[in-house]
Amino acid sequence: MTTAIGPADEAVLDTEAPWRRLSPRMLAVHPVLELRRLIVPLLALLVGAQNGNSGEGGWWALGIGVLGIGLGFLRYFTTSFRITPTHVQVKRGLLRRRVLTVPRDRIRTVDVTSNLLHRIFGLARVTVGTGQTDKKNDGVKLDGLSAAAAENLHRELLHRPAAKQNLQTDAAVRPKPAEAPAETMLAKLDPAWIKYGPFTLSGLVAIGVLFGLGSRLVNEGHVDLGKIGYVHDTLDYLGRQALPVAILLVAAVVVVFTVIASTIGYVLTFWNFRLSRHDSGTLHVRRGLLTTRDTTIEERRLRGVELSEPLLLRSVRGARVLAIATGLRVGRGGDRGGSVLLPPAPRAIAAEVAGTVIGDAGPLTVALTPHGPRARRRRFTRAATVSGVLILIVLAVVLLGGAPWPAFWSALVLLPLGALLAFDRAASLGHALDEGWLVSRFGSVVRRRYVLRTDAVIGWNMRTSFFQRRAGLTTLVATTAGGHQRYALPDVPDAEALRVARAAVPGLLNQFLAD
Amino acid sequence: MHRVSPRAVWYWTARAAILWIVLIAPQVIWWLADSDGSALPHLIVGAVWLVLAAVHLVVMPQWRYRVHRWEATETAVYTQTGWLSQERRIAPISRVQTVDSERGPIEQLFKLANVTVTTASAAGPIKIDGLAAADADRLVADLTTRVGETTGDAT
Repeated sequence: MTTAIGPADEAVLDTEAPWRRLSPRMLAVHPVLELRRLIVPLLALLVGAQNGNSGEGGWWALGIGVLGIGLGFLRYFTTSFRITPTHVQVKRGLLRRRVLTVPRDRIRTVDVTSNLLHRIFGLARVTVGTGQTDKKNDGVKLDGLSAAAAENLHRELLHRPAAKQNLQTDAAVRPKPAEAPAETMLAKLDPAWIKYGPFTLSGLVAIGVLFGLGSRLVNEGHVDLGKIGYVHDTLDYLGRQALPVAILLVAAVVVVFTVIASTIGYVLTFWNFRLSRHDSGTLHVRRGLLTTRDTTIEERRLRGVELSEPLLLRSVRGARVLAIATGLRVGRGGDRGGSVLLPPAPRAIAAEVAGTVIGDAGPLTVALTPHGPRARRRRFTRAATVSGVLILIVLAVVLLGGAPWPAFWSALVLLPLGALLAFDRAASLGHALDEGWLVSRFGSVVRRRYVLRTDAVIGWNMRTSFFQRRAGLTTLVATTAGGHQRYALPDVPDAEALRVARAAVPGLLNQFLAD
Repeated sequence: MHRVSPRAVWYWTARAAILWIVLIAPQVIWWLADSDGSALPHLIVGAVWLVLAAVHLVVMPQWRYRVHRWEATETAVYTQTGWLSQERRIAPISRVQTVDSERGPIEQLFKLANVTVTTASAAGPIKIDGLAAADADRLVADLTTRVGETTGDAT
């Protein structure tokens, strides 16, 4: 028995609004997109053929790809959408017709993305976020609107009052940027920030992807790596070096590649970055070199900001800023990066921009209350436990599995490393309440400072493990409808946890917990 | 502050017992199938499992019963759950999205039900376990009326 509570959906739909289609130019894009998916099997086929093997998987992929292209064509004919004064409706599906209806006042974000191919044909993909926590339902996605129509739709949906209903079909859309609201620039990419690129490690991901691609090619093409002269020579060369030298050489190569790839990644993702505020009450993020991305966040959906400092970035005094908003879930597939408010940039600028976004610089600079010696001791105990267990495992492998003793000696390095980590984690811990903002900071590998509006806190979870209770500590978690959904203040002394929860949301706790 | 139904102790015991049976059954089957080897290792491992299971089955439900509390006032819902690791959860009625009541097969056996109150946050559901079925129905009715009186989209 589930009782849904909320305003009843009367679904008074304006049947007058015309149904619109995607841009016909999408017919040209889709086959290419599908072909791009086939690149790996095709390459594998070619490589395989050269090596005198026939990769059967490749042929299969090819067949499926042809089917995909056909479906791509169909998608154009089966997708249509319309915008009534109160709702957005999308019809799609060939055999299973689905009509998705979204009330317009539930729309929280509009994201316009165009990759290189879209841009060549002047197209864009519009994703309308409704902030549903339901993972199966990924909201309204319209892939293949003409850029002008996308821009118009964007404006129509978010800059209320709604634009006039004179948009007939996609082709008939007049690119009329009529009522563009006044815009204030909050931040703009400074080319000097690109030097933070190498410290983001995004290149490691690229290396991982390349490695995966390579191994797939090798597998599907049945290539014997040892037979390729170049690879053979390199392995041979490494084999002749002493082990530490070989490890250093490989590490150096990985570092150089990561630096290059990270820098390229930074430029590709954040070129032309602009953060602006529209008078209609929206924040607007525009970025990208090849794939451009336009994200609009309604300010009334903004619940706070996150200042994130990964260890490497922190070492060069850099930071990035993310938005905490309802309708923007963090790090989920295509939504990943939808909440970026500032790319890695100097920390001072990041704090300043974050302060401007929430309209109060205080929470980002306010001195934080540390969590005290018991929380600090817990950081060290936990680090020591983890390193201890790992060292014991290595010892077991050495004793039982016959691994060489140097493995054990080098594992001992974990102890001082763990202590350093614990020291830094303890130093990161802190929280504050600052005029309607709940501030929490923790983490070492990625140190994050969360700034959350106290009226966005929709509940408290207070968790105590057995060991926490013995130390008199509580992990206070503020639950909210945006971002990570939960923002924690780890290991706060019991009394302080109650004080913070009471002060942030007055009148809630006192009914249940006395002093 | 309400305690849960005393029958919840039996419910938790039954639930844990099923888990232990699932864990121990394959080992018993192995013991029976493995006829030629020495029975000693099986006996030792079996004894250890049995002691662990017995301690868990005796201690856990009692401990839980002592910890578990719930309360729903005009403006908020509160629960206190767990045993080794404990958690207290509070949500204001004005932020509640759904009120959900469920009776699983084991719960029906003991005439119990649970009530889950969700908010707009994925991290915030409040689950009250081991309520007497009648209490659960009353709580759902109460909460639904109270929530219906609040306005806004509760985010």
